[in-house]
Amino acid sequence: MNTAINVTPAIPEIVVFVMACVILVVDLYAAKEHRVISYALTLTTLGVAMLISLYSFSADPVYTFNNMFIDDALSDVIKIAVCGITFLVLIYAREYIELRGLYQGEYFVLVLFAVVGMMVMASANHFLVLYLGLELLSLCLYSLVAFQRDSALATEAAMKYFVLGALGSGMMLYGMSILYGLTGTLDITEVRQAVGAMPLDNVALIFGLVFVLVSLAFKLGAVPFHMWVPDVYHGASTSSTVFIGTAPKIAGFAIVIRLLIGGLEDLHGAWRDMVIILSLLSIAIGNLIAIAQSNLKRMLAYSAISHMGFMLLGVLAGTPNGYSAALFYILAYALMSLGGFGMIIVLSRAGFEADELADLKGLNQRNPWYALLMMLLMVSMAGIPPTIGFFAKLSVIQAIIEVNLVWLAVVAVLFAVVGAYYYLRVIKLMYFDPPDEGVASIEAAPDLRVVMGLNAWAMVLLLPWIGPIQRVCLTAVASVMNGFAS
Amino acid sequence: MIPLSHYLILGAILFALSVVGIFLNRKNVVILLMAIELLLLAVNVNFVAFSHYLQDTAGQVFVFFILTVAAAESAIGLAILIVLFRNRRSINVEDLDTLKG
Amino acid sequence: MFENMKLVYMAIPLSCLVASVVAGIFGRKIGRAGAHTITILAVAIAFALSLVVYVDVLEGNKFNGSVYTWMVSGGVPFEIGFLIDELSATMMAVVSFVSLMVHVYTIGYMHDDPGYQRFFSYISLFTFSMLMLVMSNNFLQLFFGWEAVGLMSYLLIGFWFDRESAIAASLKAFLVNRVGDLGFLLGIAAVVALFGSLDYSVVFAGAPGAASKSFSFLGGEMTWITAICLLLFIGAMGKSAQVPLHVWLPDSMEGPTPISALIHAATMVTAGIFMVARMSPLYELSETALSVVMVIGAITAFFMALIGLVQHDIKRVVAYSTLSQLGYMMVALGASAYAAGIFHLVTHAFFKALLFLAAGSVIIALHHQQDMRAMGGLRKPMPITYLTAVIGTLALVGFPGFAGFFSKDAIIEAVHLSELPGSGFAFIAVTAGVFVTAFYSFRLLFLTFHGRPRMDQETRRHVKESPWVVWVPLVLLAIPSILAGAWYFEPMLFGNFFGESLKVLPEHDTLAKLAAKHPEATGVALLWDVIVHGFVSPPTWLFLAGSVLAWVFYIEKPELPEKIVKRFGVIHGVLMNKYGFDEAYNVVFARGTREVGGALWKFGDATLIDGWLVNGTARIVGWVSSAVRHIQTGYVYHYAFAMIIGLFLLLTLFLKP
Repeated sequence: MNTAINVTPAIPEIVVFVMACVILVVDLYAAKEHRVISYALTLTTLGVAMLISLYSFSADPVYTFNNMFIDDALSDVIKIAVCGITFLVLIYAREYIELRGLYQGEYFVLVLFAVVGMMVMASANHFLVLYLGLELLSLCLYSLVAFQRDSALATEAAMKYFVLGALGSGMMLYGMSILYGLTGTLDITEVRQAVGAMPLDNVALIFGLVFVLVSLAFKLGAVPFHMWVPDVYHGASTSSTVFIGTAPKIAGFAIVIRLLIGGLEDLHGAWRDMVIILSLLSIAIGNLIAIAQSNLKRMLAYSAISHMGFMLLGVLAGTPNGYSAALFYILAYALMSLGGFGMIIVLSRAGFEADELADLKGLNQRNPWYALLMMLLMVSMAGIPPTIGFFAKLSVIQAIIEVNLVWLAVVAVLFAVVGAYYYLRVIKLMYFDPPDEGVASIEAAPDLRVVMGLNAWAMVLLLPWIGPIQRVCLTAVASVMNGFAS
Repeated sequence: MIPLSHYLILGAILFALSVVGIFLNRKNVVILLMAIELLLLAVNVNFVAFSHYLQDTAGQVFVFFILTVAAAESAIGLAILIVLFRNRRSINVEDLDTLKG
Repeated sequence: MFENMKLVYMAIPLSCLVASVVAGIFGRKIGRAGAHTITILAVAIAFALSLVVYVDVLEGNKFNGSVYTWMVSGGVPFEIGFLIDELSATMMAVVSFVSLMVHVYTIGYMHDDPGYQRFFSYISLFTFSMLMLVMSNNFLQLFFGWEAVGLMSYLLIGFWFDRESAIAASLKAFLVNRVGDLGFLLGIAAVVALFGSLDYSVVFAGAPGAASKSFSFLGGEMTWITAICLLLFIGAMGKSAQVPLHVWLPDSMEGPTPISALIHAATMVTAGIFMVARMSPLYELSETALSVVMVIGAITAFFMALIGLVQHDIKRVVAYSTLSQLGYMMVALGASAYAAGIFHLVTHAFFKALLFLAAGSVIIALHHQQDMRAMGGLRKPMPITYLTAVIGTLALVGFPGFAGFFSKDAIIEAVHLSELPGSGFAFIAVTAGVFVTAFYSFRLLFLTFHGRPRMDQETRRHVKESPWVVWVPLVLLAIPSILAGAWYFEPMLFGNFFGESLKVLPEHDTLAKLAAKHPEATGVALLWDVIVHGFVSPPTWLFLAGSVLAWVFYIEKPELPEKIVKRFGVIHGVLMNKYGFDEAYNVVFARGTREVGGALWKFGDATLIDGWLVNGTARIVGWVSSAVRHIQTGYVYHYAFAMIIGLFLLLTLFLKP
């Protein structure tokens, strides 16, 4: 047992955590007009955490805290992505919450604690650490959903999210307990070694695997564990939805990697078929129900389900290319989802939530710039070249074709075609329908507008950097597959 | 010695009870919260049982953390329940159906 | 002759191409004079160089090579190349000469036409296409030239595009040609499949070896060579207007007279004849194909001549005459007398072009009047036209000593000597055709130039000889109409004029048998012998009979034709309706295709594809979507239940104890 613990790899988490506490206190004493201090501090914290993670980026994993904490390429990538996305989320959310009287310091604190939870999940090499990170994240998210206390929709959504989330966590714990019983250890790398020595058809092993997988599917929002997604996305205020729909998905991918691939990779033969079912159902049902939606947030929620289905395609491939494609997909999706909900925020005003599809009618005539941005985002979500959404789908489909699952690729692409309908419907509403009478003009804060524009244009402007980004993903994934306890 | 399987079966029964409580309950949100607590308790039983039989304290340490987290979760759950009640004046699960489709 | 004959070969078609492009694109800038100057210059150069090449070939310098490889696909090279031998040199000289005459003639004929420069551009482009066709050494270039002359024919027939009849005629020409081209293309494809190459030399070399390869067809065996020859002949039927693909040629008279002379008498329609002759190594190996060629040619020769008897439009008479003469050429080819066929092609080019241009001269003198019933008595005001027309007519009917006599007689004799099935019918047809040809030719002469003038007073006062740009080409064409026959008779038919370019198998060689009839005579003695022989042979009697009959009908007793028409009303009706070919094609193919198209559109596209496949799937998806969305009930216990179901599903599917 090491008495001296190397804290360096955990500095980003520590920084964020400490700053969260500081902001909590600062906000207590700051006057309402000076709320912007908390905002600024939060942004700075996130920026610093990103830089530190970037600085420590290396292909070699570093273990610390008795092998419970791992700092490898994957965790750095996830942390940078999470912090970066959250940075943008806060810029989107600030004016929105200000207009609705939600501009409290607690908002930033909750977000920061959630970020801590996500970063811890990304670096977890131990069931306990993983669970704690997951719960920290989840609890903060429940609170964020309920943040709009006077909204009946928000509180209902929060209740549903809470109940189902607790059920999901319970399932994960149950699965973990079974695995613990079988392998005798809670350390993920040791679990991997122990599992590798066991025969594949060990009933108890599959039993534990199923429970863990169910919980992962819940966190991601895969069918049939998806039912929280539409209600939560719809009910929560858009400032919370924009956070829930982006960064936790990246963290969800992190636990999938850590658990399914880092720990239970050798059971790939067992969980591959399960994930095929999950992914197929998600792609199908997500795309199908989205067609019938008239609420934009709900539609984006179902589209999120389908996107997760696609991401799972990369996971089930079982090859480094597959996992890396899945990681790239999640990163691209986080960006697209950010933009999508961000547009809703841009179009909303005090007392008016622009979350119905009908609110987009004639956007091109009201404000061609925003219509263009929304079109870029919708096109990217539909997977039309030359946006990054297309390349994400392409790499995932390539990954499953490589493992001769051509039928799955065909079905996935067919449903992607079906799904293109509702994205194109948005474009049609914006460009070809006349705007409703008496609709007010769109006002948004300057920083919001800049970030919105950058976000949407990133869909196409990131084109030259897709190669390097995919290489980074490959490095990240490789570090998980090769990393063993030192 | 009580065989391991007995503990595991106990844990399984508790787990099943709580799950059934979640989806059979249509009247009271507080019952949902209780069922969730029972869920985590079932897992605790499992962990303690394994820990004892594997002679490994890690499991029991895990139980402590789970208990803590369960407490925090309850706190948040009850807070949400109160806010819900303030808005809807009801804690009937069947009334929570505005978000659907 | 020159150091680099290749450049000469390339210059011949290219000069016409360049002139055509310049006249076409810069027509407005260079004006009328500029357009006709540059095109005439180019065709003159082409003609001069063709003569050079002709002399060079006679000296024995032949050429067969590729000048540019376009691409290689599947091992088959696609090239532009030239095969310059006796056959192609002869064709080149004929094509460029007639084209030059027509170019000069056009200055007068199209003098007032607004599309002057466009016309010159088109006819030089046509000359380019035809030259590429005859100079080609591979099937691809042949096909290119084939299609290009078809295109130019379409553009030129419909030259006066604001006339609806002209547009209809040009479309008809193109579509009927297309049917022929389908067979042609299939034939080329069969060639590639059988020989693996498009190059003539490869194909001809491999032909004897492949002669026995066959495939089963409709219960019997057909050799590949026969199939290829028949398919290629279908193309020839379209291009050279043989029955049943002849229907476009009479309608093509809608185009200006110069092109009737150039395209539909001398050059384009002879492309089919040329092609069959060029493919003689292949045709010789298939007696079936030769028989078919001969019989079709014979049918065309006789039955088309009959239609010419009842036409009132002066150009239509000449058109049906062309059809009939093309039939004669085909019969010659079918009898393996390829040299005779080509010989007739050459002589026919001269005198038929002459007849068309003479008709055109009459038409413009009468201010674009084409109906012979409104002509008459023109020999005094238009002496040169009259004289050249007489020369052309004598050449056409086969008056001994004139060009047509030698070639037509050779054909009749060769058919007589042929032993192929159908040769008996062909002999009767071509012989009877001499009578009919004489009748309609002299009918045309008498109605147009003799008798009392039947046009109105105004026109009668203004009638005079056409300008020199019109009658000089007539004179220049009349000369070879007289002399070409005598000049070429011996070398072409009995000598080795065509050398290796025309291949004849010994058992089919009718011309050799013909030569055996005049064993000692050569040179002038031979000619004299043949002419004397000709005066006492059946064809001469027939043509005399025909001409006398025409004289009776149209000079002596002009009321006779009407009485005959009343008496033989039914036959007359059949001939006036051109045997009903047009009506049949219209009903079966034109309307039939439109009905099928309509049905496919309404049911196939609108109902099946749009309604069921496209909209149907969309509706199903929408319906499924609105059904499935109700799973999301809103009740959290349902959501939890779904999760539990999912869990159970995974457990039951994957836990196999």
